[in-house]
Amino acid sequence: MYKSNGILKENRIESKFNELKNKSQKALICYVVAGYPDIKTSEHIISSLINGGADIIEIGIPFSDPIADGSTIQDAIQNSLIAGTTPDMCLELSSRIRKTFPNIPLIIMTYSNILYRKGYIQFAKKAKASGIDGFIIPDIPIEESKEYLNTMQNIGMSTIFLVSPNTSEKRLKMISRICTGFLYAISVYGTTGERQGFDKYTIESIKRVKKVTAAEDIPLAVGFGISNPQHVKYMIDAGADAVIIGSAIIKKIKELENKDTLFTTLQKFIFELKNSCR
Amino acid sequence: MKKYNFPFNGKFGNFGGKYIPETLVPAIEELEESYKKFTNDSNFKKELKDYLENYAGRPTPIYLAKNLTEYVDGAKIYLKREDLLHGGAHKINNTLGQCLLAKKMGKKRIIAETGAGQHGVGTAIASAVLGLECEVYMGLKDTERQKLNVFRMKLLGAKVHPVKSGTQTLKDAINEALRDWITNVENTYYVIGSVVGPHPYPMIVRDFQSIIGKEIKKQIGKITGTLPNAIVACVGGGSNAIGSFYPFIGDQEVSLYGIEAEGSGIKTGKHSATLSAGSTGILHGMQTYLLQDKMGQISATHSISAGLDYPGVGPEHSYLKEIKRVNYKSCTDDDAIKACVILSEKEGIIPALESAHAISYGIKLAKKMKKSETIVITLSGRGDKDVEVVQNYLNGIRE
Ligand SMILES: Cc1ncc(COP(=O)(O)O)c(C=O)c1O
Repeated sequence: MYKSNGILKENRIESKFNELKNKSQKALICYVVAGYPDIKTSEHIISSLINGGADIIEIGIPFSDPIADGSTIQDAIQNSLIAGTTPDMCLELSSRIRKTFPNIPLIIMTYSNILYRKGYIQFAKKAKASGIDGFIIPDIPIEESKEYLNTMQNIGMSTIFLVSPNTSEKRLKMISRICTGFLYAISVYGTTGERQGFDKYTIESIKRVKKVTAAEDIPLAVGFGISNPQHVKYMIDAGADAVIIGSAIIKKIKELENKDTLFTTLQKFIFELKNSCR
Repeated sequence: MKKYNFPFNGKFGNFGGKYIPETLVPAIEELEESYKKFTNDSNFKKELKDYLENYAGRPTPIYLAKNLTEYVDGAKIYLKREDLLHGGAHKINNTLGQCLLAKKMGKKRIIAETGAGQHGVGTAIASAVLGLECEVYMGLKDTERQKLNVFRMKLLGAKVHPVKSGTQTLKDAINEALRDWITNVENTYYVIGSVVGPHPYPMIVRDFQSIIGKEIKKQIGKITGTLPNAIVACVGGGSNAIGSFYPFIGDQEVSLYGIEAEGSGIKTGKHSATLSAGSTGILHGMQTYLLQDKMGQISATHSISAGLDYPGVGPEHSYLKEIKRVNYKSCTDDDAIKACVILSEKEGIIPALESAHAISYGIKLAKKMKKSETIVITLSGRGDKDVEVVQNYLNGIRE
């Protein structure tokens, strides 16, 4: 059993990781930009991902200035904003997914200003009511997290933090302790985006982080640049409890936009990736 | 006023902070430590002083603009001539400081963002003279309206990357520079161009630019035996303004005016007057005033001057607005062009369009002041880079 964040009787993220652990499986986490190519299609896309075997869904709420994202996700975000996507529309999307899939963990990934503008408390409450289980905010490091953490903890939301290959041992421990749900280790120096392969430092970094997450009893998810079953296996062999797929999904959506084959192709793609998690 | 001692823990009241991705945290910590170490180091100080005086041209003159004063018929107008610096703007005060720091830290690769191109040119100059590799991010729209500066950067040996994402202006250039930094954090130093970004940048850039205000204090003191009654400077990110104001913050008798770009007018929505018309938020690693919509998406801005065309502002300015120590006002494109023409005709000085915003408000203010009073306007840069834009604008008006 992974550690409980001690706030909720039942948190879907924890339950999912415990369930998978019992089955000796690793988690496949899938990221989508909500509203790309449009909000209705997003709903179909997410259903296809879940039907294909996705264990956890990250709903990306588009922000105009996504500094941690590479060109693939940047373009999708810009398209979504041009199509008129608002944070409220993304939360309504979440509500609809929640109705169809009562147990799938849903996480919001966005930037701090989207939460700040509405007010952390108001945003978190609305997200809770929309079936959201946690948040990933790449531009809130622990130093700036006090109000965010208090708010989320009071409401029973998981707060997932990121660590990087250059994060010091001391910070790694601090972050693992504060973090709930899972710890998000960035595989590389860089922004989101597909990569051909990974350097040795990625493996070393995952092994280093794993020692800490194992001691803290929190699942370790690895993301950024993972795009095929070989990558998935590579990260799992290095110690990942979960892998996160983002740009590779967005790229498939872009290639097959407006084609009937989009949903079946995505489902098959995810099925193959999930196979590497078993 | 209690002693002004900011930033405290990286914050100016509630503003500032470091809202950055985890990958940048070690780099920001290293920067803060190195900054503390080297700026207390007498060799560093000596070397920087030598570059500023013998290479860049400090101290810059303070010039009594007699014709303009006569024309205005009010307070005596002094111009702080940052336009005479090497490179043509105040930017070099900061770029020499930061590039020298980068060199001492052992970083060989420099990146920068630029709006008008003046900071890019300033960084390219400092990199060239200090033997550092330099790459500059510039919004595609800005590369088109500031062509001369793009070529200057290239001639100085820098690589210029046009940024095609978002609104293709300064904010997007900063996004792209931050992404480069995240990717190349191990060997790269990011020279930010104004008092913006995560702590410690707003403090570092302010400190390097404060030489403007220190000189004003000394020079005006020598001429009048006292302090100026008012200081006026334009505000994009706010570096020339904070540099001019900072040494005077404790001197309550000195009125301080920061002038933002009102573009086509605040009511039209096409402007960059962040402090006058914005709301608080988080962008580029800082909590500060922003131009944004109700959902928190950052707005597209407009100003005829690329250097003021930015939806954020330095966090210290947000704080100085909140405590009401500085008055923030704005001027339109039209006002700026008019001021540019007046200064050119009356004083034989073509100001940068950024600085023309300060000139425009300075003229208005001086008119209302007594003849016995003095006002200092910081002339942050020269206008060579803008002549094409001015020409087009004037032709447009005549049509
Ligand atoms: C001549 C000049 N003045 C002012 C600015 C605005 O910057 P800041 O507000 O940081 O002084 C710029 C920026 O490009 C500039 O080139």
